[in-house]
Amino acid sequence: MKNIIQNINKAFDHRIRLGIMSVLMVNESADFSTLKELLGVTDGNLASHAKALESENYITVEKQFIGKKPNTRYIATKEGRIAFKNHIDALEKLISKS
Amino acid sequence: MENKKYLQDITEIKNMMNKSSQCLSLSGLSGVLAGIYALIGAWLAYKTIYFDNSTSEGYSGLIISENSVNKLLLIAISVLLASIVTGIILSIKKAKKQNETVWNTASKRLIINFAIPLATGGFFILFLIEKEYLDLIVPLTLIFYGLACINASKYTLRDVRYLGITIVVIGLLSTWFINYGLLFWALGFGVCHILYGFMMYMKYDRK
Repeated sequence: MKNIIQNINKAFDHRIRLGIMSVLMVNESADFSTLKELLGVTDGNLASHAKALESENYITVEKQFIGKKPNTRYIATKEGRIAFKNHIDALEKLISKS
Repeated sequence: MENKKYLQDITEIKNMMNKSSQCLSLSGLSGVLAGIYALIGAWLAYKTIYFDNSTSEGYSGLIISENSVNKLLLIAISVLLASIVTGIILSIKKAKKQNETVWNTASKRLIINFAIPLATGGFFILFLIEKEYLDLIVPLTLIFYGLACINASKYTLRDVRYLGITIVVIGLLSTWFINYGLLFWALGFGVCHILYGFMMYMKYDRK
């Protein structure tokens, strides 16, 4: 039981961070507004949670301009994908245990 | 208590993955209606071809007058437009009910991936009409439409994949029965849409 708990990743222990990672697992990338709409969160909220994931090296941020509009894209890193996969596996094991 | 939270997490992950990658607001009912339009269109086409005085039976088979050809094109375009409009309206309705937006990354991807094979086929068929190679038009419309469905199915409900495969098979079969083109057309675009649309309606929409 202890081993499984170890795999539960604190970085994903929040609805918004969980959501960001879920979206990035199945999409090559997602831009800020798409994520905002999907998760139904405010700008500041999304930015701070994205920052948290970025500092863990789980996602990378790409800023560019489309015309005159700034556009922020998020991409899951390899590290992030592995960590998230482990997290899901751990969750599933915990559920099936009971 | 903890367990409940984990289960909730898993549900949330699954939900987000589906929502962000697939356009789920496609309505089964629009499939049924598109099928009905297609059947009406096929019936009108049948009347135009076979009960038209200006049509004559030549040595090399049926010769369709230009007047009838224009009429057939008009029927085809009307069916297509009616189906698209119905599809859009019903999708907007369903999206509203699910509290989602219709125009998002997933639906954009759905449309692009549907349009690529379809437009390829469309141009190919137009060029064939231009060159007056008319024999293979029915199989080709079915095959390209089926491939478009298969290609788009990655971004929407899985059932669309099976609809596509069925229509491709019907298209291939119709190659051997060129003279029954209209019948195959009605079977593919009409009956298949109604069947799969009804199945999808029962599976996803009725809740």
